[in-house]
Amino acid sequence: MLAFLTQRLLQIIPTLILVSMLIFGLQQLLPGDPALIMAGEERDPKVLEEIRQQYRLNEPIPVQYFYWMKGVLSGNLGESMRLKSSVASLVAEKLPVTLQLAGMAIIVALGIGIPAGIISAVKKDTAWDYGANIFALWGISTPNFWLGILMIFLFSVTLGWLPASGYVRLGEDWRASLATTVMPAFVLGNAIAAVLMRHTRSAMMQAMGADYVRTARAKGLYERRVVLKHALRNALTPVITLGALEFGTLLSGAVLTEQIFTIPGFGKLIVDAVFNRDYAVVQGVVLVTATTYIVLNLLADVAYMLVNPRLRG
Amino acid sequence: MTAATLPTIVAADATEENPWARAWRRLKRRKGAMVGLAVVVLFVLLALFAPLIVPYDPIATSWSAVRKPPSWAHWLGTDEVGRDVLSRVIWGARASLSAGLVSVGIALGIGVPLGLLAGYAGGWVDAVLSRIVDAMLAVPFLILAIALAAFLGPSLSNAMIAIGVTATPIFVRLTRGQTLAAKVEDYVEAARAVGNPHWRIALRHVLPNIVPPLLVQASLAIAGAIIAEAALSFLGLGQQPPSPSWGSMLNSAQRFIAQAPWMAFWPGFAIFFAVLSFNLLGDGLRDALDPRHK
Repeated sequence: MLAFLTQRLLQIIPTLILVSMLIFGLQQLLPGDPALIMAGEERDPKVLEEIRQQYRLNEPIPVQYFYWMKGVLSGNLGESMRLKSSVASLVAEKLPVTLQLAGMAIIVALGIGIPAGIISAVKKDTAWDYGANIFALWGISTPNFWLGILMIFLFSVTLGWLPASGYVRLGEDWRASLATTVMPAFVLGNAIAAVLMRHTRSAMMQAMGADYVRTARAKGLYERRVVLKHALRNALTPVITLGALEFGTLLSGAVLTEQIFTIPGFGKLIVDAVFNRDYAVVQGVVLVTATTYIVLNLLADVAYMLVNPRLRG
Repeated sequence: MTAATLPTIVAADATEENPWARAWRRLKRRKGAMVGLAVVVLFVLLALFAPLIVPYDPIATSWSAVRKPPSWAHWLGTDEVGRDVLSRVIWGARASLSAGLVSVGIALGIGVPLGLLAGYAGGWVDAVLSRIVDAMLAVPFLILAIALAAFLGPSLSNAMIAIGVTATPIFVRLTRGQTLAAKVEDYVEAARAVGNPHWRIALRHVLPNIVPPLLVQASLAIAGAIIAEAALSFLGLGQQPPSPSWGSMLNSAQRFIAQAPWMAFWPGFAIFFAVLSFNLLGDGLRDALDPRHK
């Protein structure tokens, strides 16, 4: 186990270095003088020189990368040109909002995806199975920004049940907070529910054909107990770890969902930064996202090792 | 003896079904895949013949027809500046399908040679390429595409480049894996034994044998690329106004959802059906080309 963990930790170091190079390299794609682009409307030579000094744009690219990386390692992700605030503090401020949304989306995804997958596997080749498969295809093929707009039309404009946009912190007023996040959480969770349903269906079908399920049935256990206690417990392990890999979908989805519902989270931060040409924020957000994603993948691998006794030895 | 048995072998070979014909026969049996293929063909025809089909100029505004609901004159209604929604949805198929095809073309064009190189050469070449692929896959797809499109500048062609580059690592990884499996097969050993150069073995013997999984992945990747292009255009990083694209149509529709909901319905349905049809086709191709998937 320790050897596996050490090996995985050593593997992510070059990946993280390459990710940082990739994200730093984005800056080189800017057409023309980066200082001029970063300055936006500002054309004062003094300001331009300040930018060049701040980002060491007069230095060779490897030197620029070295200083950028040195800052990143000491927690300095740069400074937002527009908000005049450090990128790290902006990320720290916006991340909890997205995490709340992501947490609720995962509850939605688990609540729909896993029961749908179980039903589909247990009632294979029936109308239930076809229905669950159609739901999965619908979830994978529906753009979440469209689903968001349709839900606003139905629940906010037509029925007037939920607010169309805005965000209230959980600590301020939990009811209002839930009212503002339930639609975005459903939109975000819908696609992941579809993926989880497919994973659960295939894992459950495999588990239902296993010897221990046959033994459980031979003992005369009720079918419900066989399915939920014997098959599901074994089938859920790969589903949960594969589900953890859907974190990337969640973050990508959050960008669009937060934009539609005007939620001031991590996703909206990157979109606003893109439109205000606040490149330091774009780089910082992408770096934090990638690092979180890599760490979560590692944790998913470790969790899989921990719960699967055959891999532990 | 040899001369006597030869005609029998030739005859047996002649009756053996071509693998592509077999795949097509299997594909035809899958209703979902055939429906997907039919819808894909329909969208391709709409995109190709858009100038001949559309009832109105998709960018012509009309202040007397602002936000009109569906009617005989405008089957799918009009938008906030009086443009015909049906004409814009049909023209939008061009942006979406070309984004899907071009970006997957870019991903295949870069990913397949690099994957072949990594899988065939092995050693440090494989190690370096695999680490770069890991790094690119570590950034969530849409976030990397948004970042790339942001730095390249907003336009449909830059969005296609951003999506294509972002989709490349999947093809590198897939091609590498398939090449690793193919290069130990007898036919590659035989090609090596008769003295073929490495490039020839890779291109003439390995590549044709790894096409089926690439084809399946390409079909599913087109679905992903269509959604990604719509998402980038929705955010204002893809097709620029007034040119029609399904994503940018949804962007403006969002602001008028209470007054003109039809503006949001049709471009959304178009994205949904295009993505669904490529997903159905991809699933069907996987079943038809890979006998392990049933």
